[in-house]
Amino acid sequence: MIGLNHYLLLGTVLFGIGAYGVFAKRNAIAVLMSIELMLNAVNVNFVAINRFLQPAAGMGQLFAIFVIVVAAAEVAVGLALIISIYRHRKSVDLNDFNLLKW
Amino acid sequence: MIMNMDSLVFLIISAFTIASALGVVLSRNIIHSALALILTFLGVAMNFFDLGASFLGLVQILVYAGAISVLIIFAIMLVMKPDSAATNPPTPSRDTHFIGGLLAWLVMIGVGMAIGLTRWPAMASEPAEADAVGTLATLLLGNYVVAFEAAAILLLLAAVGAIILAKGDENP
Repeated sequence: MIGLNHYLLLGTVLFGIGAYGVFAKRNAIAVLMSIELMLNAVNVNFVAINRFLQPAAGMGQLFAIFVIVVAAAEVAVGLALIISIYRHRKSVDLNDFNLLKW
Repeated sequence: MIMNMDSLVFLIISAFTIASALGVVLSRNIIHSALALILTFLGVAMNFFDLGASFLGLVQILVYAGAISVLIIFAIMLVMKPDSAATNPPTPSRDTHFIGGLLAWLVMIGVGMAIGLTRWPAMASEPAEADAVGTLATLLLGNYVVAFEAAAILLLLAAVGAIILAKGDENP
């Protein structure tokens, strides 16, 4: 029988994969994609808790909608930043992004 | 052991989701990573459908698999180098891999054990799946209307900010 724990474990595994991607990737866009994976893991948890525990009707889905909204805003600004840096540095390698180092 | 249909569906969907998530992280070609990301979004959407959150599944397909992935692919096309096989290399530093892998395993094991040890409270009420959109609409435009408006302003600001950032200087 599939219960809450299975879905929470799925969310945990997705989050772990995303966390590893943030560390192991050099391309800034790939790091953004890993962050999207982590946000999706959180959404899975919200919807599963909404389905199995039902704290109040629809509450988990409401939270997930706000996560999706913030993720959309975040990815738009993040990609704009990457394109803006690419124009100056001709690179999307995170090791080349040392504007704030001195 | 005979598995019932629900378990089989869950296993297939979650295996698909995790496999494509691994594809995002492990692929060395960033286009392949982006396509695997779309598959991951679709897998998560299937999970939402499985959980009875059909509206959220549709939003997931529209916003994530539709809009965000197109945005990411456009950005990739704008900044990609001609040699596509080496566009998404892993970090050369072994230490970073070690720390990242260790952190990911710690998160998975720690949270997994916490999930296993937690006693969940019994469900407060039966899930009302028939009118999920109506429930969400009542919540969004009722008690949580301030958060709804704040999210709208956030989206507007993010769109304007993204345009300003990506346009750059008029006369550098």
